[in-house]
Amino acid sequence: MVWKTSHYSGWGRVHKAEGRLARPERARHLTQLSKETPAPAIGMCRSYGDACLNDNGDAILMTRLDRILGFDPDTGVLEVEAGAQIGEIAKLFAPKGWLPAVMPGTGFATVGGCIANDVHGKNHHQVGSFGQHVLSLTLLQNGSSKTVTPKNKGLFMATVGGLGQTGVIQSAKIQLLPCNGDVITVTERRMDDLESFLEALDGSRSTYSVGWIDATARGKSLGRGILEEAETAYGLVPTKPKARSVPFDAPGFALAAPIVRAFNGAYFRRIPDSGQTRVKPIGDFFFPLDKINNWNKLYGKRGFHQFQCVLPENQRDTLRSMLEKIANSGLASPLAVLKRMGPGHAGYLSFPMEGYTLAVDFPNKGRAGALLAELEEMTAKAGGRIYFAKDATAKPETVRRMYPELKKWAAIADKADPDGHLETDLTRRLMLRTGT
Amino acid sequence: MNEMWIILGATSSMARAFAKQVSKDGSSVLLCGRDMDDMRASASDCLAHGAPVAEALHFDARETKTFSSIIDRAAKEDGQLHVAVFVGSMPDQSVIDEHPEMIAGVVTDSYTGPATFLQMIAPELEQRGGAQVVGVGSVAGDRGRIGNYVYGSAKAGFHTYLAGLRNRLTRAGGHVVTVKPGFSDTAMTWGLEGMFLVASPEKISADILKAVEKKKDVIYTPFFWRYIMGIITSIPERVFKKMSV
Repeated sequence: MVWKTSHYSGWGRVHKAEGRLARPERARHLTQLSKETPAPAIGMCRSYGDACLNDNGDAILMTRLDRILGFDPDTGVLEVEAGAQIGEIAKLFAPKGWLPAVMPGTGFATVGGCIANDVHGKNHHQVGSFGQHVLSLTLLQNGSSKTVTPKNKGLFMATVGGLGQTGVIQSAKIQLLPCNGDVITVTERRMDDLESFLEALDGSRSTYSVGWIDATARGKSLGRGILEEAETAYGLVPTKPKARSVPFDAPGFALAAPIVRAFNGAYFRRIPDSGQTRVKPIGDFFFPLDKINNWNKLYGKRGFHQFQCVLPENQRDTLRSMLEKIANSGLASPLAVLKRMGPGHAGYLSFPMEGYTLAVDFPNKGRAGALLAELEEMTAKAGGRIYFAKDATAKPETVRRMYPELKKWAAIADKADPDGHLETDLTRRLMLRTGT
Repeated sequence: MNEMWIILGATSSMARAFAKQVSKDGSSVLLCGRDMDDMRASASDCLAHGAPVAEALHFDARETKTFSSIIDRAAKEDGQLHVAVFVGSMPDQSVIDEHPEMIAGVVTDSYTGPATFLQMIAPELEQRGGAQVVGVGSVAGDRGRIGNYVYGSAKAGFHTYLAGLRNRLTRAGGHVVTVKPGFSDTAMTWGLEGMFLVASPEKISADILKAVEKKKDVIYTPFFWRYIMGIITSIPERVFKKMSV
């Protein structure tokens, strides 16, 4: 059978879809699908909202096309099928001294998904976005295969970060970066308030840096958190704890405000005043939540949202008022991240821009919708952006103020897919393909 | 010592998972099947995962003349030779009912083709000693039933052949594992109705390798299919013939 009628959802489980999925295992079957029944390609569905959904339509599941097609140990150039997962690549190549230049927060993300969302990692300030390390990619457009390199400027920039709208990404050549080994030394330091946190992020010279932020802290503790700085290393690997699962949907009170506040306080105080340095397997640092299978079930059946924005450097005040709103809402979960971002990006619809990026999870309940709308508006007003890979709630008009190159992108996507076969629930909701 | 696995039917997802796993363990692989482009991709993948040698070779269960070049290629390698058979074809029983002439093809793909190959390579395996043979059969071979008895009868023949080969190779320090998978999550079963307790190709391949290591003779994978089939085979024929399971 080619098609399987399936129910699937984004990682946040707020948006759901029902539709036919094909799961080709061979390149020629993918080519055939792209020619006869073109449909958007999806991977591990780690996008939080609806970027990976096509409700009442078809989609091509790429997970079985996950092979390594070639690797040059002298240059670190890796050619790989689009369904390959970043975490698997890291696991395989780190002992050999290479890592994907950019790794998102989950190792389950596929290479195709990393390109289509032009993802960033904990080293964005140093190396830029995923697409900047793509040397070429094979794109299937209605059954015909095309090799696209950064020299094919328009099509490349419309494909990287292009949400799968220019064709199906079949494989890619990516440049890996040298690393010291498959362990990482992580130094954690307490940051007592937002101002010192931002100063420390600005001043960090580590290859990798990321901040956990206590999104429930108020007053003079507003914006407190823990700064993690890390460098890969060669040495002993601590034993890895076994993967755990969340076996059922958690009850609503699990993330009630007082519980989260207590948890966050304890998590903050866990780090001694003087800071601490530990050695971890790389996976524990890059993909901390991957060890807990289906952790998204912690939020119960109604699911959750992740708000992620990037704000220009000079918008520290906006960041402060966002954190105030979030802390006062009592909706924040323990999962909140603050990072420095550099200017690097590779596509017309890429998320990254120079500044600070904030990501906070909210259970899908009560005032969450209203809060998200407020935060989105603040982002637009500040000249920032929200991230399509996370978004489930933004409005078409808000997004237009954030992505000035949308029109250029839409024209190229339209040429590549004139009948809109590749549209997803996200592109329809945000009316991205109309461009204007 | 160098080890090499000859994998017949290498384009199936189960075979792919198996090839990847033995590559990680440091074995070489000869991937044999019909879709050369696809197998070349898999061969690259095996090399990246640690196989010292990984090559794609043309194999067609219905063309005996494709067999000897594979055997010649394998004979060039020093060290231990092993064979894993993943070939087979399962057309819908209702299609076979309309085209009875299809039976010969099903039997060739699922039984006589791979059996001929194994028979041809057996002397080489005996001579080297310590050979492992994995033959993937099916729970469908345990009892003929209305839904797919042509495929089932071919696999039943293959099971019996494997038992005989086991008897033969054991004398030469070798071993044969008969594998009976239940429902597996492959292209063959994607979107089929009535599937339950479906196992991933990775799980099945891990079970197979465990059986190889422990020198098990016949395994069901996942294990509970042994009990399901135990029940199904214990139903008296006079009752079973009226059932549709």
